[in-house]
Amino acid sequence: MNARSTASPLNPVVQRDAAAEDFDAERARARQRRRVLVQILRIALAIFIVGTWEATTRIGCHGPDSGTCVVDPFFFGQPSGIWAQLVRWVQVGTAQGPLWEQIVTTLEETVAGFAIGVVLGIIFGVLLGRNRLLADVMGPYIKGMNAMPRVVLGSIFTIALGLEMPSKIALAVVLVFFVVFFNAFQGVREVDRDLLANARILGASQGQLSRHVILPSALSWILASLHTSFGFALVGAIVGEYLGARKGIGLMIATAQGTFNANGVFAAMLILAILAILAEALVTRLEDFLIKWRPNAITEVTI
Amino acid sequence: MTSGTPAIELQGVTKRFVAPTGKSFTALRDLNLTIAAGEFVAVVGPTGCGKSTTLALISGLEAPSVGTVRVFGEPVKSVGRSVGYVFQRDAVFPWKNVLDNVAMGPRFRGVDTGEANTEARQWIQRVGLEGFERYYPHQLSGGMRKRVALAQTLINHPKILLMDEPFSALDVQTRALMENELLDLWSSTGASVVFVTHDLEEAIGMADRVVVITAGPGTIKGTYRVDLPRPRNIAEIRFQPRFIELYEEIWNDLRDEVLVSYERSKHRVAS
Repeated sequence: MNARSTASPLNPVVQRDAAAEDFDAERARARQRRRVLVQILRIALAIFIVGTWEATTRIGCHGPDSGTCVVDPFFFGQPSGIWAQLVRWVQVGTAQGPLWEQIVTTLEETVAGFAIGVVLGIIFGVLLGRNRLLADVMGPYIKGMNAMPRVVLGSIFTIALGLEMPSKIALAVVLVFFVVFFNAFQGVREVDRDLLANARILGASQGQLSRHVILPSALSWILASLHTSFGFALVGAIVGEYLGARKGIGLMIATAQGTFNANGVFAAMLILAILAILAEALVTRLEDFLIKWRPNAITEVTI
Repeated sequence: MTSGTPAIELQGVTKRFVAPTGKSFTALRDLNLTIAAGEFVAVVGPTGCGKSTTLALISGLEAPSVGTVRVFGEPVKSVGRSVGYVFQRDAVFPWKNVLDNVAMGPRFRGVDTGEANTEARQWIQRVGLEGFERYYPHQLSGGMRKRVALAQTLINHPKILLMDEPFSALDVQTRALMENELLDLWSSTGASVVFVTHDLEEAIGMADRVVVITAGPGTIKGTYRVDLPRPRNIAEIRFQPRFIELYEEIWNDLRDEVLVSYERSKHRVAS
């Protein structure tokens, strides 16, 4: 952008001279150099780790038995083996059917659990945040339920809801709900009293207060929780599948474990990591869209 | 002063708050204050004397513990429709742009969005923010945000305008500009104004009457009629001899209360 042409009411025309232009150009070059350096170091680190892993699982190996290797690939996998496993899954398919079917199943469970958990978390968070009596009555129960390791509920859901999707969705909902609930609750409690008073004076009804003041104000808290809770939804879906399913990445991991296929476990993990990174990017997009009014959002450290 | 029903009437008003420790704390004691329709009254007093509480009672945000508050003869039971309130801190909605912020009042009161926006644009123009309709509050300066707050309040055509140290966060020059603009806007509305401030110059410069409140629990110590002619220029009025006379007279009253309040705050720190 040219500084001379941006004469908006807030950006008055700034007088620039050659020295300032040179300074900016130099700074831009320095930034570019640093970006390249960071990329090179990143790739070098990946090569180092994967290379060491591959090398230690190959060096010293004699004959068909892998027991003489420095690191035994039978127990710890091997990058080339993981890659071969991925290729096989893509080309031939998994024991439960085509790979894409497993991914879609897990994603459906995750997204459904995430969506239901978020909506329920917001509703209950706003309700309890606005109603002190209800909050006082429900407080100990919610704290108790939150303190419990809720993953064990997965067993109950598998018994009660069967091997199909609902049991996995239920587990994901339970995991997501509490994260969102506590953030929404806190967000509602933290609403600026002056803003509430102002809206009341301007004529807002209780419903309008919720919609125009309390929800937008709590939104930054709620959105902050979405980053964590999408991860939880994925955990819920995977653990649910692991406990008993007919399809899904969790089942692939369970199958790989059952056949002592370490490479299979790592390959499934790699797929999960890629899904999680994509989801994280989507949540960040959503956040930027919903709170464009915020000056410089206090974002998490980006890597 | 006009005859007939006063715009605001506080009779024997006491307000107690319960502190988180469970002890109650008296903010106002036996306060009597009557304000005529169209009158501009400035309320001055030391920190913590219950100035803001007075506004909260008139607006209906708080109810008195003892006594009655009447607005146009009617006892105040809840937040009234004839009241506008400009807060000390920024109370514009940070997630709404200037246009939406200003249009909020009519929209809350059932006017449809298109009509509310048309009216909002007129008020935005009147407070000198034309061209900033799509900006968010964080993109504006403190003075501009105050203009948004003024437009947001005045669009509801309040018959009673309550202002709680509205300009205290602004720098001196912006402040004088805003004070003049407020007087301009006010002169065409005919609203009664209760203007709380700790700044005596601002109080005398703007008001028809200055009310001094004692160090908390607050009650009326004295009221002074300001007989300076209107229209006034805030930046220059303070050089008039009559202004200086009034300042000395009121300051004599206010000084003791400020000292009492200061001594107490020292003890609070020491204990």
